[in-house]
Amino acid sequence: MDFIEKARIMDGARINRALARLASEIVEDHHGTNDLYLVGIRRRGVPLAERMADKISDLEGVRPPVGMLDITLYRDDLSTVGAKPIVNSTELPGDIEGRNIVLIDDVLYTGRTIRAALDQLIDYGRPRRVQLAVLIDRGNEHRELPIQADYIGKLVPTKKSEIIKVLLTEFDEDEGVVIVERPAAAAEAG
Amino acid sequence: MTFNLKHLLGIRELSAGEITHLLDTAEQFRDVSRREIKKVPALRGRTVINLFFEASTRTRTSFEIAAKRLSADAVNISVSTSSVSKGETLLDTARNLQAMAPDCIVVRHSMAGAPYHLAKICNAAIVNAGDGAHEHPTQALLDALTIRERKGKIDGLEVAIIGDVLHSRVARSNIHLLTKLGARVRIAGPGTMIPPEFAELVEQGVQIERSVADAVEGVDVVMILRIQRERQDAAFFPSLREYAVHYGLKADHLQRAATDAIVMHPGPMNRGIEISSELADGARSLILDQVTNGVAVRMAVLYLLAGGSRVEEG
Repeated sequence: MDFIEKARIMDGARINRALARLASEIVEDHHGTNDLYLVGIRRRGVPLAERMADKISDLEGVRPPVGMLDITLYRDDLSTVGAKPIVNSTELPGDIEGRNIVLIDDVLYTGRTIRAALDQLIDYGRPRRVQLAVLIDRGNEHRELPIQADYIGKLVPTKKSEIIKVLLTEFDEDEGVVIVERPAAAAEAG
Repeated sequence: MTFNLKHLLGIRELSAGEITHLLDTAEQFRDVSRREIKKVPALRGRTVINLFFEASTRTRTSFEIAAKRLSADAVNISVSTSSVSKGETLLDTARNLQAMAPDCIVVRHSMAGAPYHLAKICNAAIVNAGDGAHEHPTQALLDALTIRERKGKIDGLEVAIIGDVLHSRVARSNIHLLTKLGARVRIAGPGTMIPPEFAELVEQGVQIERSVADAVEGVDVVMILRIQRERQDAAFFPSLREYAVHYGLKADHLQRAATDAIVMHPGPMNRGIEISSELADGARSLILDQVTNGVAVRMAVLYLLAGGSRVEEG
């Protein structure tokens, strides 16, 4: 699929600064790292969680545990998507029971991914509290469920025809956040 | 890769890529069974019918657990309680089941080809859970998953399949799968139990050995087949005792295999006949791992076939 890049809203340095701020907001809110547990949502939430854990470690001298969720089996659109999405592994080291979880994803849009992640998390145990941190929040206007982020890197109001792409060196050649326009035909299907 | 199969009728029709995708997916499902809450909502609202015309405990239970761990509704029909015993034909049974709109029908039948027949008349995804002496694809997949788990690969391994090859759908499915993924297969058993059509397999690299000792020489994997007393209408060997002496796998056979060789059996075992108790319960035996992996493989198959709408060709 061809995308037309419309704007580059963050570069690597800005992503780094946003993550540093989110990390310090989290430890301030939690009065340190006690019972703190970061959970990245695959794919791009995982490297963001790892980077945030590093930053928290710089601030507090303690690195919180990092888990990863693959929400494929909890999606609500499995009966409508065409080819079956590939199932990847979920890894939650240790026990999430009683922990303060911060879910981390790259973009918050409809909220459906987060709903799936919450359902999955609860199947692994009963955390004391679950919060949400995202690098990009596309705004309430597109939300399809009553879900909001507790920590937001950047609020970016967008049109439905637009897609936010977060590029991270762990997966991509480049690092940054870009807004792309989806081709007209794909916009209807999506 | 896009996985676009509608049915799982046999391993023969699958590509190496499709087999690997099934195994990769199964690996992820293994984790679900290790959790405290062993259930994911992936097939919520879907119906899976287990239609078993032959006795089975392990396979039927395995499919039922797999369906339930995916949140599908599983219905079991076995021959003794079904209208088949009242004279209904397979075709009519299938039409009636279809009228109840299941998403998937798992079928075991003593006639080779029965699942193919169902696939022609049903909209539901058909999974072959064993058809006569033809194929048993999920068994071959769970065997492959077990080998891969222990050996890290299948390509390049030497595998011996020993026993009643003639009556064994497990052997047929395994030979297709293992050769497609690059393993080298040897088979051994009484001459009466090596089917003549397997001569063709020799061209694909399958070696036919006459003795167990020759077959296991240096192999990485020994797969033992069950003596299928229920499928034998003629005397293929003089007695069980004689079979046990010549073709039963014993500890000293394993001395000839690779030092890290593993032993597998699809169950149910005839202890002391095709496999000695010492081996069946020994450290090299992966027989119970096979059962555990069976659930994961069947979850992967049901997820990939019974979930969602398929991308239609063209």
